[in-house]
This record gives sequence, C-alpha cells and structure tokens, in this order.
Amino acid sequence: MQLEERMEEPHARPPRGLSQVKPMESGPPVVSSRPESQVVFDLENVEVFYGAFRAVSRVNMKIFKNEITAFIGPSGCGKTTVLRSFNRMHDVTPGARVAGGLRYRGAEIYGPNVSATEVRRRIGMVFQKPNPFPKSIYDNVAFGPRMSGAKSKADLDVIVEKALRGAALWDEVKDRLKASALGMSGGQQQRLCIARTIAVGPEVVLMDEPCSALDPIATARIEELMRELKSRFTIVIVTHNMQQAARCSDRTAFFTTELDSKSDRRTGTLVEYDVTTKIFSNPGDERTENYITGRFG
Amino acid sequence: MQLAQQEQAAVAPPDLSAKQSWRSVKSLIMTGLMVASVAAVALPLVAVVSAVLRRGLAVVAHDFPGFFVNEIPNIARRPGGGMGPAVLGTLMVTGAATLIAVPLGVLGAVYLHEYGVKNHFSRLVRFMSTVMSGVPSIVMGLFIYIVWTLHFGYSAFGGSLALACLMLPVVIGSTEQMLKLVPHHLREASYALGSSKSRTILTVVLPAALPGIVSGSLLAVARAAGETAPLLFAVGAANEYNPHLFEEANTALSVQIFGNATSSFVAAQDRAWGAALTLVLVTFLVTLAARVFTARIARKR
Amino acid sequence: MELDLRGSKAYADRAFRWSAAAAAGLVLVVLGLIAITITGRSTPVFRQMGVQFFTTTRWSPADALFGALPFVWGTAFTALIALAIAVPISLGMALFMTQVAPPRVKRPMVYLMDLLAGVPSVVFGLWGVLVLSQLFGLGRSFMTAGIILAIMIIPIITSLSREVIETTPPGDKEGALALGCTRWEMIRAAVIPHSAGGLVGAIMLGLGRAMGETIAAALVIGSALGQITIHPFAPGNSMPAVIANEWGEADALHKSALIALAVTLFIITIVVNLFATTIVQRSMKKAQGL
Repeated sequence: MQLEERMEEPHARPPRGLSQVKPMESGPPVVSSRPESQVVFDLENVEVFYGAFRAVSRVNMKIFKNEITAFIGPSGCGKTTVLRSFNRMHDVTPGARVAGGLRYRGAEIYGPNVSATEVRRRIGMVFQKPNPFPKSIYDNVAFGPRMSGAKSKADLDVIVEKALRGAALWDEVKDRLKASALGMSGGQQQRLCIARTIAVGPEVVLMDEPCSALDPIATARIEELMRELKSRFTIVIVTHNMQQAARCSDRTAFFTTELDSKSDRRTGTLVEYDVTTKIFSNPGDERTENYITGRFG
Repeated sequence: MQLAQQEQAAVAPPDLSAKQSWRSVKSLIMTGLMVASVAAVALPLVAVVSAVLRRGLAVVAHDFPGFFVNEIPNIARRPGGGMGPAVLGTLMVTGAATLIAVPLGVLGAVYLHEYGVKNHFSRLVRFMSTVMSGVPSIVMGLFIYIVWTLHFGYSAFGGSLALACLMLPVVIGSTEQMLKLVPHHLREASYALGSSKSRTILTVVLPAALPGIVSGSLLAVARAAGETAPLLFAVGAANEYNPHLFEEANTALSVQIFGNATSSFVAAQDRAWGAALTLVLVTFLVTLAARVFTARIARKR
Repeated sequence: MELDLRGSKAYADRAFRWSAAAAAGLVLVVLGLIAITITGRSTPVFRQMGVQFFTTTRWSPADALFGALPFVWGTAFTALIALAIAVPISLGMALFMTQVAPPRVKRPMVYLMDLLAGVPSVVFGLWGVLVLSQLFGLGRSFMTAGIILAIMIIPIITSLSREVIETTPPGDKEGALALGCTRWEMIRAAVIPHSAGGLVGAIMLGLGRAMGETIAAALVIGSALGQITIHPFAPGNSMPAVIANEWGEADALHKSALIALAVTLFIITIVVNLFATTIVQRSMKKAQGL
C-alpha cells in the first residue's frame, strides 16, 4: 500500500537536499548498450551548420528509451545545438542546416515530406527561461490538447489534471487554475511549462538547461520531477551543472570545442558518451577527466 | 509471443509526414492572406506610379525639356504650355522653407539633447512636437492665412512659413535621434581639451551627426515639396512666372496639380499629369539623396 | 594677476544656449498661436449659431446657416472605410514581413513601403479623380475617398505594427513552436497577445492621419452637401474637403464657419493622436520591461 501511495502522490515527498548526490534509486539497470527496439534517437555523423560555419562536427550516438541522458560541456561546445536539432528547432534560424542521419525510432527527422509540427508533437522541449503564455494556468496546459482537437470540458479537465499532477504542480494550483500563469514563481512556471509539454503526449522531453534560471530549491524539485517522469518519457537534458548530470542522469555525453582546421573557428564535438557512473568515476578520455575534475571548463 | 509482437510493433518507424488536417490548411490559408496583403499594397502603388509615368511622360516627352520651363496657359482649354512657373515656385517655396526650418530645427534638437535632456521644458517640447506633427495640413494653411496672408498678402514666402511649420517637428525629431547616436566620449574628449559646451557642439557633435541630420532634413524636404493645402492659403493661384519671394501671389507644382485635377479640359488634366511626374521625380531624387547619406553613415560604422 | 577662469567665451556660450532654447520653444509658440488664432477667428459663426453649429445638419452659406454635422459625419465615415480596408492589409503585411518573409524578401518590402509613403497626397488625389473614380462606377464618393485614404495610411500602420510585433519575446514564439504549433497557431498564441495593445495604437495613429488628410479627400469625395447617409457610394463631404473646396468664394461669415470646422478637426485629430501615441509608447515600454 505504501508503494502504491508513493506512486500516486509523488509530490508529497519533501524535496531532497543538495548534499545527497546519489545515483538513481529506481528504474531498470543501466547497461552500456540496449536492444535496437529501445533506441529512441540514432545519430550518425550528424553535423550542424550555420551558413558555411560548421558549429557541430560529426556526432555519433544512440539515445535510449526511458533514460535520462545528459549533455555536458563548456559553453559553446554545441550541446544545445545538438539538442535543438532533435525537434527541428533549427528550422526557424535562417541559414541553419543539419546534415547526417538523425533518426527517431528509425524515421529520418530531416527526411523529405517530414512535417516539423509532427516531429514536435512527439518530441517536446522545455526551455532555459520559463515561457508560459500570458493566459491562465488551465489554458496553458490545455493549449496543446486543444490544438489536437480535444474540445469537451470534461476531457480537457482530465488531461489538465493528469499533466499538472505529472509535473508535481497540481496540489499547488488546483484551486486557482484560472489565475494567470505569469503570477507564479519561476520554479512553478517552469513546472507549468513541463506540464504543458507533457499534456501534448510526447514520447520525448528535451530540456535545455531547465534549472539555470531557478533557485536551488526549485532546481531540486525539478530534478526530482525528472526522475519521476523518466518512467513515462525519454528525457534528454542539457546542463552546465556537472553535479546535476551526475545526480540525475543515466547516461552522459561530454562535448567540447575544437579548433576547426578548415575555418579557424571553434567547432563543437562529442568527446565521450557512456553510462553516467563510468563517466564520472573512470572517464575514458583525458579531456573528459579534465572537465570533470575542474581542471578546465 | 506477445513480447515478440510488441517488439515487432515497436520496430516500425513512425509516420512523420504532414497530416492532412484543418490545422495545416488553416495555416496555409493565413499565410496566403498575408501574401495577398502584400499584393494589395503593391497593386495601388504600381497603378499610381505607372499612371503618373505613362500619362506624365506622354506630356513631358512631347515637349522636353520645354515642359519644365514653359509658361502655364491662362486658358485651361489650351493645350501645350508647361509648368515652368510652378517648378520655380516649388523650388523657391521649398528652398526658403528649408532655410528656415532646418537651422531652427537643428538648434532646437541641440537644446533638447545637449542642454535640457530630462527637464520639464524639454519634455513638453518633445510632446508638443509630436502633437504638432499631427496637425492637419489644412489647419496649418488656415493658420498661415490668418497670421500672414491677411496682413501681407499672398506670396511665396507665406508658403515657406507654412511649410517650415510642418517641417520643424520632423527636423527636430530626426536630428535628436542622430544626436543620441553620437558617442559620449567624443564630447568628453573635447571638454577635456578645454572647449566650451557650445564650441564642442558646433565643432565636434554636429559634424559627427551631420550625415544623419542631412538625411533626416532631406526627408522632411521631400514631404514638404508635396504639400498642397497650406500653399493654397498662402501662395495663391498665380499662373505667371514670379521670381520674387516676398511679393505677389505665386504657384507651385502641388497647387497646379490640385487646380487642374478637377478641370474638365483634357489639356489642363494633361498638364496636371506632367506636373505630377515632375513632382514625383523631384521627391524621388531628394529621397534618394537622403538614402545616400544614410548609407554613408552605415559605411562609417 | 587674477586668474580669470570664466573667459570671454562664457557670454557666447550662454548666448548659444539661449538661442537653442528659443528654437526649441518655437514649437510651443507656434502651436499656441495656431490654437489661439484659429479659435479666435471662428467666433463669428459661433455668435451666429451657438452650440447648434455642431448639431445642425444643414449647411447653407446663402442663408447664413451653418451645420457642421454632415462634415463631421463625412470625416468619420471616410476614415472608417479607410480603416476597414487598410487595417487587415497593414496587419497582414506587418505579419508577413516579421514572421514569414526571409531577409532577402523583407528588404524590398521595406523599400516598397517607403515608396508608397513618399508619393505626395495630391498625386494620389489626381490619380483618384482621373483614374480610380472612373473605374467600377466608383465615381466621386465616400468609397473612393476611403480607398485613397486607405492607400495613404497603410505605410504608417504597417511600419508601426512591425515595430510592435518585433518586441514579441522570441522565447514565447519558440515555446509555441516546440508544442507543435503551425506558423499561424504560433502567431495567435505568442505574437498577437503581446502585440495587441500596440497594434491598437498603430491603428489609431492611422485613424488620426486619415481624418486629417485634406487634399486627396477634397479631390475625390464628391463635395455633396448636407445629407448624412450610410451609403458608401454616394458623393459626400468631409471637414478638410469642404474647407479646401469652399474657401475661395466664401464671405467673411462663411470663412469663419470654415475656420470653425478647422478648429473641430484640430481638436479631434489631436485627441486621437495623443491617445494613440500614449498607447503605443506604453505597449513598447511594457514589452521591454518584461
């Protein structure tokens, strides 16, 4: 009974202190490689160009279902650039181009006839600065479902409550769903953005430094939320906070910049990608070790 | 067996193609409407410019360059003739207006930005300047009629005064913008060398802002050259050459266009088209000159 | 030997400052003079008609009867027609230039708008009376005047709307797109809520301009007298048009009546412009403060 209770009301637990930097407590055992059916993203020699400038060079990696994958590295190393290529956010930047094979469950994301809106329905994103719409809390969460055609109040009520519970926000706002979203604190707004994203029913939730604009307590709540969401979604998070990656993620990818021999500018590149415990205890590449131990970065 | 089936289902790649839904159709329709509005803007512009070019050129080319210097026939029905007096009138009236409005406008902007940036007087002036730029040109015309024409009669100079009043807020506004762009360290360098404020403004600030001031003033001139209503009340409706700024009624291209547009005689209408082409050319050249100066600023930076 | 730090230049420096202040003050002087003189000159007709000047619908100079209502109506009516045409086009153009057009396409559009704004109003009037009014049986009417005014106010509404729309926080737009919005859904969710206030202000500035525009209206409106009609294809009249068209042959009382119309127009356009400018400035400040 206790276990069921815990699974129903995860938000009732108090937030963790930051001193507890423990690896995962639950979830399937993380192995180095998993079967093909569990691969969500498959990157093959992926490169991102802004005009003629190569911002990210040849990335090869596989992202697995129901895991939290963290991208870490110094600023400018391309981790956000790679993340944004997963949901075709580069489409809005004139001159940006993604080359190579980027497959989502086997389907080429940048293939011909692929609709960016379809991609984004399945792959959601939470941004660094919380960006709720200037509408009510309810309307923010209901926005996605309404777009997909849900109309009846009864249906929407159910969806909104489920999403807000999933984002550990329901108890705090259930009595003021019609209040403006802009009146909430930063941490609450970010959880609202998460609720808004999961209300659409994606498989993947991308997170671009979701806690960098938040205070430590709000950060801890989001990290806890991520662990709960892992069972339902695949999460890829970009973070400049190494400890966060060590705390929360199953796998970690370390990026850095390299002097591009062709353009004399720094290009981002993937250095090492492995199970988190291995990256942080026994990294294979010297650059990774230097970054982890703080010798640079 | 169930597990194998699940594995099978999971292996099939998802369909990421655009769904034929009302949503994508709606977005397409709205984008189409936006493109249509661009066409709606281009259409009248093309129509007007082509009409002016076509009908105006027919008249001007018929007697080139005579059209620009020939006399205006006093009998509307008579074909031929030209817009000479009107060309001279426009040049005189606009020229004198520029000589009045630009120095005063620049000086006023200098006060607003260099001396009293935040004080109440400046804020009031800026506010009233915006109000003044919204005064309908016919009100300006009546104003000039009351204070000038009633006392001194019709003259080109009255028109210049009216146009100067219309130009003043524009010159003040654009000059102030340009003064804001002059980096503060230039002024500080001048003060540090012992230069007085007025000297600094005259020798350092204004020269630095000059291309922008010229550009803004040229745009004000282009607008003033096309004004009609104030001139109706100040300049009168002469048809003869009148090179005197202060004496006697005069005419201008805009006034002639207005007068001839409602004439039932084709000859007069033709002259109106010719005058319109001349006016549009003058306006276009002045605006082009303004763009040249703007480009020069951009290049410097 | 005393060190005179003041220097002989001090007098010249102060003289310069005062002349600059005087130049700035000219704006106040001229505006004040305008208000005083035209109000002063309008008193004869008010002595004749009293407040009924604003309520009478008959305008008959021969009978010394002056009712401003038809012209106030005409000004409002043509302005409304102009807005009905110009607003959707301007907003569509502004949204196109900010949300759809790639930079290569946007630049010629800016030139297009500048070109449109640079054509003198009298040339539009000429084209209106000799070309447009001959088309589609439009004739000289409220509708023709409305169309011409619409063409003239499109540049100002568009350019101001563009400025307002461009203050939309890019984060809001990205958030909408990331949820799977189509372009139009993103505009509705992120752009329009932020810009709504400023767009209203831009539209009002267009309204002010349409009401004050004299010459183009005078040429094509038709100079009809007296009737207040909602039939847009009927010939009509407006305040600026009647002043321009009747001034030449007016006697003293008639002239003062026309001046009174100018006062009315002056007050209305100033109020609208002030309102509009405040709204736009407040919306821009709010967008930057966020």
